[in-house]
Amino acid sequence: MEVEVLEGVFDANEIIAGENRKLLGEKGIFMMNLMSGPGAGKTSFILRTLEGLPENSRIAVIEGDITGKIDSERIARTGAGAIQINTGGSCHLEAKQVNTALQKMNLDTIDFIIIENVGNLVCPAEFKLGEDLRVMILSVAEGDDKPLKYPLMFTESDVLIVNKTDLLPNTDFDMAKMKSVVMKMNPDVEIFELSCRTGDGIASWISWIKRKVPGDAVG
Amino acid sequence: MHELSVVESMVGVVLKHAEGNRAEKVTSINLVLGEMSTIMEEPVKFYFEILSKGTIAQGAELNFERKPLIARCSVCGKEFKVIEYDFTCPDCGSLETEIVSGREFRVESIEIE
Ligand SMILES: Nc1nc2c(ncn2[C@@H]2O[C@H](COP(=O)(O)OP(=O)(O)O)[C@@H](O)[C@H]2O)c(=O)[nH]1
Ligand SMILES: [Mg+2]
Ligand SMILES: [Zn+2]
Repeated sequence: MEVEVLEGVFDANEIIAGENRKLLGEKGIFMMNLMSGPGAGKTSFILRTLEGLPENSRIAVIEGDITGKIDSERIARTGAGAIQINTGGSCHLEAKQVNTALQKMNLDTIDFIIIENVGNLVCPAEFKLGEDLRVMILSVAEGDDKPLKYPLMFTESDVLIVNKTDLLPNTDFDMAKMKSVVMKMNPDVEIFELSCRTGDGIASWISWIKRKVPGDAVG
Repeated sequence: MHELSVVESMVGVVLKHAEGNRAEKVTSINLVLGEMSTIMEEPVKFYFEILSKGTIAQGAELNFERKPLIARCSVCGKEFKVIEYDFTCPDCGSLETEIVSGREFRVESIEIE
């Protein structure tokens, strides 16, 4: 006997993502999911973002990257709350893990949550976490051919950060070509070119995200 | 890659529907897999064998139906096959499109005894 099922394999994750979103909505919290391949600069970018936002901003960071506790310690040194998720070597975060992290946090003292996803250009794109904003980083060291190789990440992201622009003179990365490919894949994407090393280009990202986070939560 | 946790939920979906229909055995599972999905057939088969062991789905045949990436233009309504992830409408040049198929990974139906 044939039984019709018609159920998406990601539906269960998306239901929990929806619950996360509802909880955050009730608490008036804005959540950003930061994704990239390993070493593209997620932690550096979070540190630059924390540094660029007003000191009294109520920000927490959820660390999903698998490089031990090094990243959350780097974050905690800035004074922002950091919580480490142990992914057990998994290649992405799932909504359920974020839900567990949210339960452990005092959500009444937070306005803005940044999630550092596991360093991977493939898997995190499939798993919604309940975020308001999906941001991905491509570093110029990885090459300009990545959008067509990892299309889902590029079509799913609201923001594309092109990091390590200080290295441009030493690479054959074709910025104009990469951007024209991405704009045909995802015409609504916001693109920022910057260097977390030199700080070049960070200011325009900071002023954009300040406008994006509702109210005056981050000044 | 991430197929392990994905196949876990897939097996969960299959067993839920099989048990709901009082099945004694699942003989085949019909899956729909979009062109743009990051899921690969081979690792799905590999993890399915491991994760279905000892369940009524053990030994079920996995059939994959591949769906091409199709978009619909929001301006002129044209449906077109997306080539090289270029979502530009071939008729009117608009970039305002929505995906019709090609993103999915779905359990379409199961064959039970
Ligand atoms: N040259 C250069 N190196 C960078 C830049 N941003 C980060 N890095 C370096 O890239 C490496 C990985 O950065 P990290 O922030 O840990 O990446 P993550 O793995 O994505 O969190 C570190 O050695 C950083 O110092 C940049 O803008 N330019
Ligand atoms: Mg990191
Ligand atoms: Zn059109």
